[in-house]
Amino acid sequence: MASKNINLKLKVWRQENAKSKGQFENYDLKNISTDSSFLEMIDVLNEQLVGENKEPVAFDHDCREGICGMCSLFINGQAHGPDSLITTCQLHMRKFKDGETITIEPWRVGSFPVIKDLMVDRTAYEKIMQAGGFVSVNTGGIPDANAIPIPKPNADEAMDAAACIGCGACVATCKNSSAMLFVSAKVSQLALLPQGRVEASIRAKNMVAKMDELGFGNCSNTGACEMECPKGITLAHIARLNREFLCANVKD
Amino acid sequence: MTKLNSKIPEGKLKDKWSNYKAHQNLVNPANKRKIDVIVVGTGLAGGAAAASLAELGFKVKNFCYQDSPRRAHSIAAQGGINAAKNYPNDGDTVYRLFYDTIKGGDYRARESNVYRLAEVSNSIIDQSVAQGVPFAREYGGLLDNRSFGGALVSRTFYARGQTGQQLLLGAYSGLSRQIGLGNVEMFNRTELMDIVVIDGKARGIVTRNLITGKIESHFGHAVVLATGGYGNVFFLSTNAMGSNGSAAWKAYKKGAFMSNPCFVQIHPTAIPQHGDFQSKLTLMSESLRNDGRIWVPRKKEDAVAIREGKKRPEDLPDEDRDFYLERRYPAFGNLVPRDVAARAAKERTDAGFGIENNPKKEGVYLDFKYAIKRLGRDAIEERYGNLFQMYEKITDDNPYKTPMKIFPAIHYSMGGIWVDYELQTTIPGLFAAGEANFSDHGANRLGASALMQGLADGYFVLPYTIQNYLAYEFDTPRMDPKTQKEFKKTEDEVKARIDKLMNIKGKQSVDSFHKRLGRVMWDKVGMARDGKGLQTAINEIKQIRKEFWQDLKIPGEKETLNVELEKANRVADFLELGELMARDALARKESCGGHFRTEYRSEEGEAKRNDAEYMYVAAWEYKGDNKEPALHKEPLQYEEIEVKTRNYKTA
Ligand SMILES: Cc1cc2nc3c(=O)[nH]c(=O)nc-3n(C[C@H](O)[C@H](O)[C@H](O)COP(=O)(O)OP(=O)(O)OC[C@H]3O[C@@H](n4cnc5c(N)ncnc54)[C@H](O)[C@@H]3O)c2cc1C
Ligand code: SF4
Ligand code: FES
Repeated sequence: MASKNINLKLKVWRQENAKSKGQFENYDLKNISTDSSFLEMIDVLNEQLVGENKEPVAFDHDCREGICGMCSLFINGQAHGPDSLITTCQLHMRKFKDGETITIEPWRVGSFPVIKDLMVDRTAYEKIMQAGGFVSVNTGGIPDANAIPIPKPNADEAMDAAACIGCGACVATCKNSSAMLFVSAKVSQLALLPQGRVEASIRAKNMVAKMDELGFGNCSNTGACEMECPKGITLAHIARLNREFLCANVKD
Repeated sequence: MTKLNSKIPEGKLKDKWSNYKAHQNLVNPANKRKIDVIVVGTGLAGGAAAASLAELGFKVKNFCYQDSPRRAHSIAAQGGINAAKNYPNDGDTVYRLFYDTIKGGDYRARESNVYRLAEVSNSIIDQSVAQGVPFAREYGGLLDNRSFGGALVSRTFYARGQTGQQLLLGAYSGLSRQIGLGNVEMFNRTELMDIVVIDGKARGIVTRNLITGKIESHFGHAVVLATGGYGNVFFLSTNAMGSNGSAAWKAYKKGAFMSNPCFVQIHPTAIPQHGDFQSKLTLMSESLRNDGRIWVPRKKEDAVAIREGKKRPEDLPDEDRDFYLERRYPAFGNLVPRDVAARAAKERTDAGFGIENNPKKEGVYLDFKYAIKRLGRDAIEERYGNLFQMYEKITDDNPYKTPMKIFPAIHYSMGGIWVDYELQTTIPGLFAAGEANFSDHGANRLGASALMQGLADGYFVLPYTIQNYLAYEFDTPRMDPKTQKEFKKTEDEVKARIDKLMNIKGKQSVDSFHKRLGRVMWDKVGMARDGKGLQTAINEIKQIRKEFWQDLKIPGEKETLNVELEKANRVADFLELGELMARDALARKESCGGHFRTEYRSEEGEAKRNDAEYMYVAAWEYKGDNKEPALHKEPLQYEEIEVKTRNYKTA
């Protein structure tokens, strides 16, 4: 598809800091190439704002290739925008029409408070990982990598789960603000591999306990998270997490 | 002139590392608790080092500018990681991996370091598997390998097209465990602003909290910089938006030497640039060269027709395609090393055969038609599905049906902070690991070797070598940065520079300066360089720097989140680093690896080294603003390897 230039109206959430109230601001943007990415479009807006001596819109991003999980954004009411299986940084302007109004908001979740404008604080995810998202091995003194064969389907499924980038779209989309998809991705990855199997139940228990403690909601299996996950993490992993969790409680 | 002491251990190459470990000093367990180690960076090198040091019992403070250690740019590595496991039984050995790395680096890397790297490579794979890294496997349940450029064996381990992500998440899981246990104190969204040196030793750092803007100090008995590469000096590169050279530059200004800064890698297969608004270039992994064939049209009129949209590449018959790598380098074909592949692409596009309709008509094809025919679409999808998806999202072209468009892009910095065998810089107590140091890749890095080096440094080298230093430090009491005057002085300098930046109140944005610098760097310090151009570059960079300090505009306040200020801090350093890169390139009157001086080439157009005069590591010493830096030379000696002209035409 040949590229062309389009004009846009942006409705962007501006909020000074965690404590202030925040409101939408409207901006007109002209001559945006449909070949540019969504974040490049915001770059253009920010250059324009700097030119007018105004503060640019703060937003999180880093790799700009869909892998670091730093970018976020609700775009027209959808986490990571209208395209499926991609992050905001991979979204391109050819998905939008000339003259369209685009509403841009941060993740709106109690456990991820707004830092400024479109940036949120996802430290809660870190705490969940610290509670159990690992195999308890130290560096060194490890047997040969091929000592334990792993069936390819298991390795592949573990890889599917391991693809989670920790972006938070699942939480932001869930009406209960549950972090189950995120937690299940790690629990499931490690439970599928012999190296992680040993601690599978206790891991599930510790991570879920931390998740509850941090105020994330319960999972009521609505599946919205799966729809918006840029990495295609499926509800099947939540089912596996539930099994591990049950096991842990039976043992207790 | 200071003599560089690389501290290479005695003995035969293959015994050096075991000899070193057998005789080095270690810190006893009770004393480890009394020692603070600062690790800046949470990529493969920093994350692995922080976790491993904490496991040993040291108290670690770990820093990154992202909101989580898991987001360091190592996450973006796609293709794979090398190791000399020889699982495929195709003849690999530690020596061969060592040999390939030295040869790939065009004989500009230190032999002893590279041998150690090859030696510990296998442990990295074991370690990662134990952490639950889901590497690709064969149906029998054992690990699978693929081939990368510059090697005749299959030694690359991979996890789909997300190897860096999985290895980093492995290191991150170990790090998270140590944070949870209270052995690592983690500082996210915190940027290093300077290094504190007291009585000649590195004793801590000054940072800026990126959310509050607060300037803070942290004490450490030793400081490790694992802050990644400086490719973003070119503005457009495959690096993350926040990747920077500032930590290395601060170290340089405090007395660490900067080595071979002109050695940067231009990766042959990134998606070509398409507009001025562009913020970064996206890599298409080298692994694709396993199955893709690179070509341009044989006839110029076909190239023109394709650029004008009058012809489709898939309609061009094979006899009208020039598979120029297979033609020029029959032994290695599409798998020649990166510098060779990148220059060959430039040669064809300069000659008018480029296929992309961008301003410079730059682009070549990477075609999967042949592999799909041979292996079937499913096999290709399994190997590269996520890369193909990424490509399609960016370009709106389907690479299963039409060849990918690719072109070289700045990707990696082989140059970096000078370190000795112990990874210690010329400042005692300051160490550098991963891409931030210069040590292992010479003038060109082989694919899948950066992940190997980062993790080797972090898991298996630094946790040993740093103890040889710390063994003398355990009775140094912890210092209180609030009362120690050198910390206060460094903080004041940092604050003064921020004030200076904020007070310029000019008219031009940070990005506009960064883009100008990038253009000079790409045109004159990029894929092909010459003496005249480099001299011009130095003058132009000075001019941009001058304007930057007179006319920069930063809206907002300093003591709060201010992204423009963050960028300004980094670009101010790039504007100095860029000049040093040009100087280094100017001083190296030869072509080697990624450093191609058009004045020095063979009749066939290949890079021509000058071993008699330039077989050394350049190490630059800062002498003060507006003063010429001093060049020190570490001669390179090859005892176990015969130095040859690189040849990828015959095996
Ligand atoms: C797109 C891409 C694909 C690649 N693919 C491969 C591959 O397939 N195989 C391979 O071997 N190599 C590959 N590489 C190269 C490899 O990924 C990197 O060289 C390597 O991961 C660098 O690791 P590192 O730990 O040294 O630095 P990084 O991972 O870059 O980490 C740097 C860390 O330092 C921190 N930091 C930086 N500056 C500051 C500062 N001023 N203050 C505080 N913190 C700071 C950052 O927050 C981050 O935590 C690829 C690189 C790219 C860009
Ligand atoms: S599960 Fe998906 S949506 Fe949730 S954090 Fe991971 S990648 Fe993001
Ligand atoms: S910026 Fe890294 S995933 Fe979007």
